[in-house]
Parts: sequence; structure tokens; C-alpha cells
Amino acid sequence: MKFTEEHEWLLLDGDIATVGITAHAAEALGDLVFIELPEVGETVSKDDAIVVIESVKAASDILAPLDGEIVEVNEALVDGPTEVNEDPLGNGWIFKIKVADASDMENMMEEAAYNAFIA
Amino acid sequence: MTDLLKTALTELHQELGAKLVPFAGYEMPVQYPMGVLGEHNHTRTEAGLFDVSHMGQVILRPKNGTLRDAALALETLIPQDVADLEEDRQRYGFFTNDTGGILDDLMFANRGDHLFLVVNAACKEQDIAHMQAHLSDVCELTVITDRALIALQGPKAEAALETLIPGVAAMKFMDVLTASYNGAEFWISRSGYTGEDGYEISLPNSVAEDFTRALLNHEDVAPIGIGARDSLRLEGGLCLYGNDIDETTSPIEAALIWAIQKVRRTDGARAGGFPGAEQILDHITNGAERKRVGLRPDGRAPMRAGTVIFADETTTTPLGTVTSGGFGPTVGGPISMAYLTKSSAAKDTTVFAEVRGKRMPAIVCALPFTPANFKR
Repeated sequence: MKFTEEHEWLLLDGDIATVGITAHAAEALGDLVFIELPEVGETVSKDDAIVVIESVKAASDILAPLDGEIVEVNEALVDGPTEVNEDPLGNGWIFKIKVADASDMENMMEEAAYNAFIA
Repeated sequence: MTDLLKTALTELHQELGAKLVPFAGYEMPVQYPMGVLGEHNHTRTEAGLFDVSHMGQVILRPKNGTLRDAALALETLIPQDVADLEEDRQRYGFFTNDTGGILDDLMFANRGDHLFLVVNAACKEQDIAHMQAHLSDVCELTVITDRALIALQGPKAEAALETLIPGVAAMKFMDVLTASYNGAEFWISRSGYTGEDGYEISLPNSVAEDFTRALLNHEDVAPIGIGARDSLRLEGGLCLYGNDIDETTSPIEAALIWAIQKVRRTDGARAGGFPGAEQILDHITNGAERKRVGLRPDGRAPMRAGTVIFADETTTTPLGTVTSGGFGPTVGGPISMAYLTKSSAAKDTTVFAEVRGKRMPAIVCALPFTPANFKR
């Protein structure tokens, strides 16, 4: 699992990365009440705002962590967005992206580096 | 956060694992480990304990000993019936300005030989100066600084408080009671700001922590932060000063006409005589151009404060603006309060809110969003 400075995690399987937000981000946001997911088939570029999440406190964007194509979204979050708070690294995954260039992930942080980043 | 004020309960909040944030100059708990949604639901189904000690507590005592004279003096600043308020009863009111806007909203109680007022934290300095300037000929004004204020709200509040202070169960909504607990004097009212039954309790700082711990020891009582306080009062259709009412909103626009008793309206025995009376009484007679209403967004995206409302998907002239909005846990969806033009404020009107560049439909609805559970 890799981590970004935008508090997202990525788990690569072949050329498909599952993406979610970290436990630290979920904790800081508070209980999620709304999520707007991207369209499956959408081609996105790194740093595009592709997901809107709203917590009890505020609205935030989730940015595409790298270039690629959205191949699956976690529809269960539409009716149950608090899954992101309850299991951010598991059932609270948000979308899967077909990665255009897997070397984009090489500069991302490992867990230990991310933990140091947020400490 | 060095300049932030603390309440008598700040250390207890920390011990309970609260996340503290700056709020109206105080360091206040926004949430506890239960989280905002859980705290909201706990208050609706069990009993929630709130520290509202940041609010201003003020006593107005008549210099001549005649309470009615203090009441009539206060009536020069607020459009409520103070003089006829019975002993041990409380009422909701608001200070108005010369243009008919609202300077602050407040609770006031007749406590026999004096009036007891609770005002908003962010406005209290200004309210106190306002009263000193206009009431000091008739009233001795005392700002209470040695007492905490807590609220216990929810369907289990009565049973929980009765175990510590026998007699409170017999109180009705807006009744006021003086009670004693371990020798300390408590000033209790059956009121609150969540839409639930419950109590607001003024108690000496010296016993505040002990008493709060005793309440929290009750299995049904949990501490609740200002995050859930906001979603609870929004579902209850209750105004947040600074968001839903301010110096530019008349009480009639704000749909608070119910809080102006007939005796202060045109043809009443003590009609007018408060700041902005001409404007406010005209709004009562002729109606206002805009009105505070409830909105139920279609879909799940919350429409928050500042969101602009339009009649359809293309027009450029707005109908109004959202003043409070978010997710209503009990409603199970997004809810907002907005000011809309008179012609668009009728129940069941479909309007469009611009959220992140997209026009999203919403339906105008009656307030509150959740029925009030007061003990009348």
C-alpha cells in the first residue's frame, strides 16, 4: 500500500489501483454524510478533483492521485458514507483506477513514511 | 489557543477525550469520541449533556424593588411581553435595533424579585453594554461570572435529572425552579435548544464538575459537543444567531412572529415601544418581502450556509440564500434553512440551489424538520 500527501492510499493489483482515504484523513474529517463518486469510464489526470465528500463539518474534494481511467466505484458508499470512517483502508475504498503509468507510484510514501508525515 | 477562555468544565471535557475548538472566544468541545452523528442520535433517543457555560448569564433587579418596573424597562429593548410573564416562567425573546433587525436572541425568566437572562456568547459584551446604557436608571444589572450553565436534553433527561434533583419531573416546558444540590443553589428551567424535552441548569462553578460527573454517571447520559448541538438545533428549526438571524433580518422575515405576544403588537395594550417597532409592526400587518423557510434538497448533497437559491436551472436573479444547512441525522438526509422571496416561500415550491456550479432541486418545507418533543 502506498500513501500520498493528499492523505489517500493506493493498493496496486496488476494495473488497477484501489484508492481510499487514510484513517488519519477520515478521523480529521469526521463522520461522512455524503459522497459524490466519479463516472466509471472517466479518464482523469493527476490532481483532478474527482470525488466530493462531505462530513458533518465541511465539504472536501478528493483528487486523482495519478493519471488513468476510473474502472469501478464503491456504490455502497452512496447510501452508507460512514463506511469510510469505520473501515477507511478496507470496505471504505472509494474508486478503482486503471493506472496509465505505474511508475507514478514509485514516488509515493510507504506506510512508515506516511506515519512520519502526519506525526 | 492561549487567549481562549475556559469554562468550569474544560478540564473534564479534556478528560472525556473531547476535541476542543475555539468558539465565541472559548475553548469548547466540538465532539467527544462518540462522534457527531452518534452524539446527535444519543440526544434524540437518550439524554445528552451540553456545556453552554460560554453563554452570558445576567440578572436585572429593579432598583425600587418592583419587578414590574424592571420588566417594563426590558420591554423598551425587546418586543416581548415581559411584564405579564408569571413568576417562575421563562420566555424566548430578542433585542431589536432601530431598523427592526435582531441584535441577539435570548431567554428571560421571572425569578420573583429579579429577571434572569441568558444571552449568546458571541454577543454578550455588546448585550450587556446595551442594557447598561438603556436600563441602568431602573435596573441594577449583574453579570454572573461565577456560575456554569449546562443543558440536559432528550427523552431520558427528565428521569436522569430527577434522580439527582427530585421535583424537576413536575416542571412543564419553560417553567423555572430554584433547587439545591449539596447545599449549592441551582437555577433550572425546562427548556433547551435541540427540539427535545430537557433542562438548562445554572449552577455555581465550584460544584459544576462534581454535578456534571454525577449526571454522566447515569447510564443514559452522554456528553455532547457543539457539532451535534448544531445539527440538533437545525433539525429543530431553531435559529443560530449570526447565521439565520442578525442585524439585517426582521423577526417577521425570520418567522419568529410567534415570539411577539399580542400585547406588544398594533392594538395591544403595550403596542410598540421597542427599537424598530415601526418596521416590525408594519411587517406584521403587511407582510415581509422575504421569509425564513425550511428546504429539503432532492438527493443527498448538503446545501450549506451561503448557497444561493434560484427559481429554475437557468435564471440569474437569485430568490435567496441558505443561512444554515447540513446533514440531518434524524431526518436521514440533507436539510437547510434559507431566506426566500415571499412568492417562492410557499410550502412544496421547488427551487434550485447552486452547489459546486450545479443547480440542484430542493423543496420548500415547514419548520421544524423533526417534531418538537417539549413537555407542555
